[in-house]
Amino acid sequence: MTVMTQRVTQARVVQSEWTKLRSLRSSVLSLLAAVVFIIGFSALVPAVIAAHWPPHDPADRLGFDPTSVSLAGVFLAQLAIGVLGVLLVTGEYATGMIRATFAAVPRRLPVLWAKAAVFAAAALAVTVPAVIVAFLIGQSILSSQHIQTSLGQPGVLRAVIGTSLYLTVVGVLGLALGALLRNTAGAIATLFGSLFVLPVIVHFLPSTWSDHINKYLPSEAGQAMTRVHHEANTLSPWVGLLVFVLYAVVALAAAAVLMRRRDT
Amino acid sequence: MIEARGLTKRYGAKLAVDDVTFTVQPGVVTGFLGPNGAGKSTTMRMIIGLDAPTAGTVTVGGKPYRDHPAPLHEVGALLEARAVHTGRSAYNHLLALAQTSGIPRSRVDDVIEAVGLQDVARKRAGSFSLGMGQRLGIATALLGDPEVYVLDEPVNGLDPEGIRWIRDLLKSLAARGRTVFVSSHLMSEMALTAEHLIVIGRGRLIADTSVEEFIAGASRNLVRVRTTDPSRLRAVVEGPDVAVSTADDGALMVSGLTTDQVGIAAAGAGLTLLELSPLQASLEEAFMDLTGDSVEYHAGQEGVR
Repeated sequence: MTVMTQRVTQARVVQSEWTKLRSLRSSVLSLLAAVVFIIGFSALVPAVIAAHWPPHDPADRLGFDPTSVSLAGVFLAQLAIGVLGVLLVTGEYATGMIRATFAAVPRRLPVLWAKAAVFAAAALAVTVPAVIVAFLIGQSILSSQHIQTSLGQPGVLRAVIGTSLYLTVVGVLGLALGALLRNTAGAIATLFGSLFVLPVIVHFLPSTWSDHINKYLPSEAGQAMTRVHHEANTLSPWVGLLVFVLYAVVALAAAAVLMRRRDT
Repeated sequence: MIEARGLTKRYGAKLAVDDVTFTVQPGVVTGFLGPNGAGKSTTMRMIIGLDAPTAGTVTVGGKPYRDHPAPLHEVGALLEARAVHTGRSAYNHLLALAQTSGIPRSRVDDVIEAVGLQDVARKRAGSFSLGMGQRLGIATALLGDPEVYVLDEPVNGLDPEGIRWIRDLLKSLAARGRTVFVSSHLMSEMALTAEHLIVIGRGRLIADTSVEEFIAGASRNLVRVRTTDPSRLRAVVEGPDVAVSTADDGALMVSGLTTDQVGIAAAGAGLTLLELSPLQASLEEAFMDLTGDSVEYHAGQEGVR
């Protein structure tokens, strides 16, 4: 009973992590939930708006953005994606699986890189089609009032794909926080605290401060990429995405340093 | 071969493993014995690099475990607590681990069959009984057909048939020249499985010896002797290093002398012996003698009363 055992490589660890991702019902369901949120709201929100068009308040009409209206479900989808990113790591710590994983890959870091790569690929593969379908459904509903837009309009395709990129980075940030904190509740609280609560706190500061700080916060920076029109006191789309990615990279780097050192 | 040199692990103020040096040889089953909390699991975690030593080194096949390019081929480990994601099937658990080292699917099927889990391999590992979980852990250890096995309490939760299966498996692995290092707090199990023993208590090495020598060296070895005149025999054999007590049936229990010495002494005094037999301490008793002071958590005598 001899076995051909070859060395551990990054590619093999990626294959292993893909098996882990697809073989857990909870991860498949999380991705499915994200798709349902994105596509479900793409019908709901535009239908309500189209039924009440034109709005009484002219300001509503002025600020109307058919792209973001059709992608409203993203705000719910980010919960599913973020939690999935966290659980991919903390699920292993909670169950003890991480010991088997590190016994198989004692250098450890290939596991972190593989998890991030497999997750990012899966999140993109699921959310890119979902946001495009959601956009098209939303626009076809809005077209009853002739207030739709199209992927050919300036900035629209970038904003649609940018929404998918935003979701993916939210998940990678969650994954990194999971590896950093090794605790599901703590990582989820930190992830959504930094995405949703930080802007609220900054909002209380004098506007001379908050205008400067706010645009660099993770959620604000990341969402710059999802907007068709560049708003005041926000970063430009690509700079915003870069800042958001930097948050995830810094968290991953910190997780990597600790992962190598810590006892398991 | 596993070599620990001055291996030490400190958790805060607590010294879990204290300057332990030992070598585990291939070809025999080596038992790693100690009371709960003695440092067995910590030592095993350091062998496979899950915990970093505070001081000292431990190598497997001449290198730290982390430096082996094909680690699953080097060491197969069964860890104390279950190291399985409860939501994943046994098959996918093994497949994911196998893929890290390019081990083929056919080998996954082989080890599932070897441990007898073929009927439940597609079920969630979270639904497994303790015994099935242990079998899955053994399957994990077998995956890479490694040179060295590090098994922490493998018989925990197994039924008698499963315990016997593990015993036979460990012996057959050792017979094929593998290094088999298996921990237990059950002395009786080690007596049946292991040939060599490494004993620790409170993090310190207490003994590194063969099972036979370990038992022979125990202070509780007694000679049971019945005679027509117990009081005279007692007077003949008693001495500074010899203790004599009387058993319920009137036989004398002599400690500190061999059967030969008791027989010769009796003959010299012209006594008639009805029975003369050595009572060997069980491994359990030998173990209790050796580790009596080093048990971490004593049951208070007050609580027993």
